[in-house]
Amino acid sequence: MRPEDAPGDAPALDVAGLHVSFGGREVVHGLSLRLHRGECVALVGESGSGKSVTARALLGMAGAGASTNAARLELLGRDLTDAGERTWRSVRGRDIGLVLQDALVSLDPLRPVGREIEDALRIHERLPRAARRARVLHLLERVGMPDPVFAATRRSGELSGGLRQRALIASALALDPPLLVADEPTTALDVTVQARVLDLLAEIREAGTGILLISHDLAVVARLADRILVMRGGRVIEEGPTETVLRSPREAYTRALLAAVPTDRPRGSALSVRAGASDAATLPPATQYGGRTRTTSAVSGPAPTGHGSERPLLQLHHVSKAFDVPGGRLTAVDDVTLELHAGETLGLVGESGSGKTTVARLALALSTPDSGDVVLDGIDWSRRPERERRPMRPRLGAIYQDALSSFDPRWSVGRILADAAARGRRLSGRADSLVDDLLEQVGLEPALAERRPLTLSGGQRQRVAIARALAAEPEVLVCDEPVSALDVTIQAQILDLLDRLQRDRRLAMLFISHDLGVVRHMSDRVAVMRAGRIVELGDAESVFRAPSHPYTAQLVADAPRIVA
Amino acid sequence: MSELELRQSTVEASAEHIAPRGRRWPRPGTILAGGFVAFLVVATLAPSVAWTQDPNAIAPALAFESPSFAHWFGTDESGRDVYSRVVAGTGTSLLIGVTATLIGLALGLVLGLLASFAGRVFDFAVNRVIEVLFAFPGLLLALLVIVVYGPGPVTATIAVGLSTAPGYARIIRGQFVSIRSSHYVEAARVLGRSPARILGRHILPNALVPLSVLATLGIGQAIVWASALSYLGLGAQPPAAEWGAMLAAGRTYLATAPWLTAFPGLMIVGTTIATTILGRALARRGQEGR
Repeated sequence: MRPEDAPGDAPALDVAGLHVSFGGREVVHGLSLRLHRGECVALVGESGSGKSVTARALLGMAGAGASTNAARLELLGRDLTDAGERTWRSVRGRDIGLVLQDALVSLDPLRPVGREIEDALRIHERLPRAARRARVLHLLERVGMPDPVFAATRRSGELSGGLRQRALIASALALDPPLLVADEPTTALDVTVQARVLDLLAEIREAGTGILLISHDLAVVARLADRILVMRGGRVIEEGPTETVLRSPREAYTRALLAAVPTDRPRGSALSVRAGASDAATLPPATQYGGRTRTTSAVSGPAPTGHGSERPLLQLHHVSKAFDVPGGRLTAVDDVTLELHAGETLGLVGESGSGKTTVARLALALSTPDSGDVVLDGIDWSRRPERERRPMRPRLGAIYQDALSSFDPRWSVGRILADAAARGRRLSGRADSLVDDLLEQVGLEPALAERRPLTLSGGQRQRVAIARALAAEPEVLVCDEPVSALDVTIQAQILDLLDRLQRDRRLAMLFISHDLGVVRHMSDRVAVMRAGRIVELGDAESVFRAPSHPYTAQLVADAPRIVA
Repeated sequence: MSELELRQSTVEASAEHIAPRGRRWPRPGTILAGGFVAFLVVATLAPSVAWTQDPNAIAPALAFESPSFAHWFGTDESGRDVYSRVVAGTGTSLLIGVTATLIGLALGLVLGLLASFAGRVFDFAVNRVIEVLFAFPGLLLALLVIVVYGPGPVTATIAVGLSTAPGYARIIRGQFVSIRSSHYVEAARVLGRSPARILGRHILPNALVPLSVLATLGIGQAIVWASALSYLGLGAQPPAAEWGAMLAAGRTYLATAPWLTAFPGLMIVGTTIATTILGRALARRGQEGR
């Protein structure tokens, strides 16, 4: 919170005219950035905007094949414009710490995290062994590790996502660097855990460390940043104090980013201001599916929820499921009862490990409950043998978090969709027109039918996954974390699309997410899940406005939002 | 087990489908290897086109001629043209290599399928059998088969095939197990597809395509092993123009006429390198070839 150019106070990081290019293709065009100690500057933009490349260039790690040059690149007053690898090695860890998105891959899986943290101390400082150990424990305590002595002996795979991220931050802080670069530090985490990690970063900033925070999500950044730089296509297009950027954004693109945050946005309002704003980068301009998204998702008012006397389409009746785990038995789903009616979206929210995905698998009859029944339109779905279930399976569609892995890698988009639409029959001549029609419904151009999913962007893949789920004309759609791997802007488009299709087709939708904002925006009714149990169930607005269970209240408080 | 690791990494590389897209010219090495293999194919299918004279025509007056324009690879103790004999031996050597690889693959496929689809008891049993076979050096296993069934090119082929089978079996099992639990197989189940259809449409094609790459790599290996057996006098027998047998026959004259052994040896090395390079090129292309 200090003035941008306090006299006599040299910035921790001073960059001007930073260019990064890969094989002649420039991806960062003249970025300038100034960061003081105790200040947090956020670099915000979607995938491909050049923000991560920028972060890496600031650590001298833009990678093989990258050429970096800057008019000025000063770290703590030290000129690094022409620094060689040796110089950079002495800078990294000591002067700049790096925290990456996925701690699971950033930490060596075979070594205890204590040893990982100790490495930085061993390389850069001469300390006796005992002093190093003490320092490691102190660091783990500082990042809020519940049991530092125990945690130091654990390997990264043995820690939960939040604790792993804490361990990673501890290793970045080991040498107390004046500058910390955090690249999407909370993206893979649950909201509650995310809130704690952001709190931790705030403490670190208060203690005098400068933080460069990189994220695609303005809501995450809003909690922490003093200044925000909005990046698009390798350029900073908007820059200013957090308040100003969030309250009165100058650029249309910034407004789109803001609008994409689903938290506290009522059901039925469109999230994608200018749909195609981001996918347009990968699609030819002819693909302006934007108009469609706008008109249809502007439908106002709550969706017609057609229950009452009507029989529920899908019922989970006192369902339980346990798994054998090392050292005992884990009850993943514990006496869960849910009802899903035609034309209604039921949101299921909870943190990872709460049993949400097991509920989805039980609903899809991919696993059988230990006790209780799953009933599909009056049929005892979970008790039938698979042979009898198979003809009924097209009545349920599914959408997964990782769309890419749900496609046969050898198949083209067209073949995937034709196969799903065929329902096992022969399609003969109609296949092409069916595929074109499906692609159009999800806002993709027909030419994509030739491509393989691998060559599509994340948003396009998820659209294909939706098209596949709809191809068999299901009555129930089970979406398991359908947007959690996507940027907020893409997420907004996919949510708008799902919402529109759900209304148009009067689908019964089970919408699963760890993101409360997303669930609230999509759902008519909401079930909050914790440790295998449903702790709260009710009308979406009332549950979130007046949560009765303390856990729900906690979730609501932790959801990333832009405080206006 | 570095050979196994190589194969394992090949399978992974081709199974990940991460090769960059876009038509690129094959590397020069690949073109060279392709040319060499093309020559081998001609020598196999129509050896009379490639040889310069009858490989079995004896001319005692021309014995032990060093390589010259008339006799590119020199002549042997009976005055036979070594180049023509090398060409004549190509068919036998390649046939042994390819057949042995096919035998190994077929056995591996049966074992791998049993292990991954016939239940836990089979999986356990097959895995133990594979481990026992792994414990033997491959060549020793081949020797065992020959001791039981007598020497000759057919037994040698079967022996080499048998000793390569456990490696294939293990890789095939791993492929099936990982694909069976993949998300796209689950997605097919959700769409209501039958197990037979899932096996035919998804699991087999995805498991077998990387296998074709492995097989290409395996051919070179099998040729080397078959030649080794022939060299030991356990495969093709000396009057036959087979590379390993030629090596064996020529070793008496190693000091005076090194070309008798050098050229067949070079052919073995060249064939192995060429098929391996082609196998690797195939692996790089992965699924992106079409």
